[in-house]
Amino acid sequence: MPMVLACITGLLVVSVLSLALLRHRTATPLVYGACLVISLALCAAALLSIGQASSQAVLPLGLPWLGAHFRLDPLACAFLAIVNFGAASASLYALGYGRHEKEPGRVLPFYPAFLAAMNLVVVADDAYSFLFTWEFMSLTSWALVMTRHRTAKTGYAGFVYLIMASFGTFALLFAFGLLAGAHGDYAFDAIRAHHLASGMAGLALLLAVVGAGSKAGLVPLHVWLPLAHPAAPSHVSALMSGVMTKVAIYAFIRIAFDLMGDPSWWWSLPALVLGGTTAALGVLYALMETDLKRVLAYSTIENVGIIFIAAGLALAFKASGLAGAAALALTAALFHALNHMLFKSTLFFGAGAVIVATGEQDIERLGGLIHRMPLSSGAFLAASMAISALPPFNGFASEWLLFHSILVSPQLPQMGLKLLVPAVGVLLALAAALAAACFVRAFGATYLGRPRTAAAAQAREADRWSLAAMLICATLCLLAGLFPGFVIDWLQPAVTALVTGHMPPQAGIPWLSIVPVSASRSSYNGLLLFSFMAASAGLAAVVVHRFASRTVRKAPFWDCGYPRPGILAQYSATSLAQPIRRVFGAITFAAHEQVEMPPPGDLRQARLRRFLRDPVWEFMYAPVASAVGTSATVLNRVQFLTIRRYLSLVFITLVILLVVLALWG
Amino acid sequence: MSPLALDIAHMFAGGLVLVSFMMLYQNRLLPLINVLSLHSLLLALSVAWQAHVQDNPDLYLTAMIALGFKSLVIPMALRRMVVRMGLHRQIEVAVGAGLTMLLGIGLVALSMDLMLRVTAGANALVREDVALALSVVLLGLLMMVTRRNAISQVIGFMSIENGLILAGTGARGMPLVVEISVAFSVLIAFIVIGVFLFRIRERFDTVDVQALDRFRGERR
Amino acid sequence: MGMRSELAAQFTQMLLVLALAPALTGATRKVKARLQRRIGPPVLQPYRDLRRLCGKDVVLAENSSWLFRAAPYLIFAATWAAAALVPTFQTGLPFSWAGDLIAIVALLGAARFIQAVAALDTGTSFGGIGASRELMIASLAEPAMIMVVFTVALVAGSTQLSTIATFMLDKGGLRVSLAMALVALIIVALAENARIPFDNPSTHLEVTMVHEAMLLEYSGRHLAMLELAASLKLLLYISIIACIFFPFGLITGGTGLQAHAISLAAYLLKVIAASVLLATLETVIAKMRVFRVPNLLGIALMLGLLGTLLLFVSGGM
Repeated sequence: MPMVLACITGLLVVSVLSLALLRHRTATPLVYGACLVISLALCAAALLSIGQASSQAVLPLGLPWLGAHFRLDPLACAFLAIVNFGAASASLYALGYGRHEKEPGRVLPFYPAFLAAMNLVVVADDAYSFLFTWEFMSLTSWALVMTRHRTAKTGYAGFVYLIMASFGTFALLFAFGLLAGAHGDYAFDAIRAHHLASGMAGLALLLAVVGAGSKAGLVPLHVWLPLAHPAAPSHVSALMSGVMTKVAIYAFIRIAFDLMGDPSWWWSLPALVLGGTTAALGVLYALMETDLKRVLAYSTIENVGIIFIAAGLALAFKASGLAGAAALALTAALFHALNHMLFKSTLFFGAGAVIVATGEQDIERLGGLIHRMPLSSGAFLAASMAISALPPFNGFASEWLLFHSILVSPQLPQMGLKLLVPAVGVLLALAAALAAACFVRAFGATYLGRPRTAAAAQAREADRWSLAAMLICATLCLLAGLFPGFVIDWLQPAVTALVTGHMPPQAGIPWLSIVPVSASRSSYNGLLLFSFMAASAGLAAVVVHRFASRTVRKAPFWDCGYPRPGILAQYSATSLAQPIRRVFGAITFAAHEQVEMPPPGDLRQARLRRFLRDPVWEFMYAPVASAVGTSATVLNRVQFLTIRRYLSLVFITLVILLVVLALWG
Repeated sequence: MSPLALDIAHMFAGGLVLVSFMMLYQNRLLPLINVLSLHSLLLALSVAWQAHVQDNPDLYLTAMIALGFKSLVIPMALRRMVVRMGLHRQIEVAVGAGLTMLLGIGLVALSMDLMLRVTAGANALVREDVALALSVVLLGLLMMVTRRNAISQVIGFMSIENGLILAGTGARGMPLVVEISVAFSVLIAFIVIGVFLFRIRERFDTVDVQALDRFRGERR
Repeated sequence: MGMRSELAAQFTQMLLVLALAPALTGATRKVKARLQRRIGPPVLQPYRDLRRLCGKDVVLAENSSWLFRAAPYLIFAATWAAAALVPTFQTGLPFSWAGDLIAIVALLGAARFIQAVAALDTGTSFGGIGASRELMIASLAEPAMIMVVFTVALVAGSTQLSTIATFMLDKGGLRVSLAMALVALIIVALAENARIPFDNPSTHLEVTMVHEAMLLEYSGRHLAMLELAASLKLLLYISIIACIFFPFGLITGGTGLQAHAISLAAYLLKVIAASVLLATLETVIAKMRVFRVPNLLGIALMLGLLGTLLLFVSGGM
């Protein structure tokens, strides 16, 4: 524990020191190097101490009668490892990427502070320091989002982010207020001991879902995420998408599983329903998008939905006393959180490399980069396959666990849940299949085909640091998919602490298979599948090259006899998504197309326009925004009163309050 | 009752739900009538199986009624009607098939949740049959709500009646008198509706029930 | 039974599906031709096609990348790995513990991912149209398949094909859920294998083609690998259907030469029956418009979900 706190203090010190160094040329490598070292140290500490008993520390900060409590328990360790591994790889990436930053002074001081804030949220052990560090995390990330403050889009993104972040903190504040009870004992130990009435607990849980969900990007609270994440520099986008959403999920798990005590079965409903909707809608949004970083941000929303489904299932199982099943579902949630950190970081790093190399982030203006950037395209491909839940990568391992926890759901006693969970399973399968479509599209339009602009044709491979970060993360995606048993075993202390059950130990199973429930039910062995695939692909290649013709001729592409050399004849990302837009988007987004054909004799080009509507924005936020606008216009009159009237307003308010107190006091 | 007998009874009842879904999906009239015929045929088989299992000869009569009237006579009459009115090529623009199906699945889930809770004490066969029968009734109602054509509404009505009979036979107690009178009332309703159809058609030159709404001065 | 004989059975099984796959395609074509009163190519024609393709030069598009050349082998490997997980005439083989039905679905998904990506590699319009439609079909077929897996797994208490087959042999009764799952699985299998009504396997220039459009730029040995993988996938789906719904003749214990001969004959019979049925189906129905396809797949998805829901009323659950 002291070591963790010392490291976090170190990050804060780096943040302050960077202010002094700003003008210096070495500032960028120094700051990122220091962050890399400290994050690695924290990550190692978390990896090693997950199995140990929790340790606490109280610092004389914050509220005078409370102090700042910090605690390192298995759950905190699991998330510390996720946070700091993401931070370390982002720092490594930034060693190279950060040199392209035009205004390093807008990034360097906030970056270490942001890392420190995320760490502090995870180790905080009382409501006051939790909320304080949570808000600190929001503000530092907001500052990082505003790096490119000169573009109008960034300003808008920052504005929306600030509003949604404040709203989320507000909800969490009330949640903790309810949890702490009338006496206001804010230490987490006291909250754990405090038991709420059923109705109050439900309200607190709902507030926690809203608060944590707005930070994690649950639909319909996601609107800021696809604006803010892409606006930041790419290593910060990776951190916000891969790591900060995990901190939000940590908050939900901490409140729902740890602080609130024994759950009721219906607590799982908001997480299941919102999670399922989020998973399916998030990836549909991603399919409609052509900005590479926004595609990635929307896919983050999808993955957050998947994690919430798993957490909701775990809550339902825990409420019904099915400890083993709860452990399975919670392991799936934590495993997927870890996996998402790995592949989303890789993908954002790849996107950053593309932006540095071409200056473009619209996938309609890219293409053919696989020839110019072979290594980073390989890493991006691996991460794309991982995020599409395809074996032998890690995304499949965690979603496989989740599917199996859905298969256990008939053991639940509640008929409503029995019927709901398969429906959520459909949404999950839909999200997985659509994610594959989404990433075929993103990868294909960016890296494959012919370059669509001159900038894409002249791209150069990323620098060594960035490549190292990408390749390390991509390799870990593969390794975590090949040896999921080790990850599962490593996560078990955190799972056991929360749901009292645990999955069967995986290390002793022969051939490194994983077995979620029992061997006769199901087992999966990524390593064996991967070796078989590698062997048979190699064997096929050898046999074919040995016995068949080895000649290769180069020729222009054939295209069924109708080759069009023009680049516009190439399939674009928008047209790739057209069938899915027609099938799924017609209802969800009211998507339709319109052909504008000039009259005969007119030489203008015909145009095909497509129309999309964001249902969440239109039906939820636009009415709220217009209501705020209207009421602001009405209240504007209050600004032009005389002093006597202002005084009378204050006086009337005071009297009303006193009367209320007299009546109910 | 042996597990196999239970399985078969359950199979017929589940098949009835499935055929109800086929009805919801089918938007051409003549195939829709065929589906109705299949629906009634399955009902007849189901009732006959119940008669065999419960050793209740009365139910054979019910099965014969279902087979004779609802699976053969009424569909044939409907088919003639459709052909005479020249509707056999018409494709009905219903509420989107996908959406109707989703609603239908929701209804099935609802009826199961409800019925399995209400009939917790009863024996397995009755519970399942009643749950599935309620699904069939609700799906028939859904069909009547989402269709505009009077003939498809008649078919929806017939399938509701089939659902009721399924529930009645499963519950081992619907007296034959009730069953026969229900069957006759349906037949009479069918004749009345048929007559009405021709009158509507003569007057409005369509069987789209919207025309009636307009005539009553209601606006949609 | 010792480890060695189990491994031997495993490898026999894998080689058997590999050797049988082109014959299945050939037989289907032959039956279809006979139904249309043509003589049709001999059953062994696909083998000759493969040999001929292997002897030809590969013509690569100038702007293709390493991915384009690696893809055929990767697709073949993923499909073969999936096929190795399906019991054909014997259950409980050592390799079958490496993955369950969900893993098979995902392996085929990986093959499709690589196929779609490779189709986009040359930047042609046909490759793009094939990939985009394939992805649309897959986005509905995969959830439908997962729902079928759920239904079957809830009945048999396992997602492991060997266990499911053993269960169905011993205790499989008549269940309406399973019937629905079977229909859904057949629809999914037709969609996944690009058969009529989803796609026409015997076209080569049509705006409606899906699978063939993705292979257009391939030639020579690469095309041979892809054709073999496609045949393998068809056989794989037939084996899955046979193994779950018609497990008669499967050896679960493993005794003696005679038992093996019987089970092998049973498997071959099942495959021939499936091929005849498939050819008949393809002869009597017409190909659908591309945007009618989601409706049919939606029905498969609905059947899968309904099958799962109906399980809850069937006594035991």
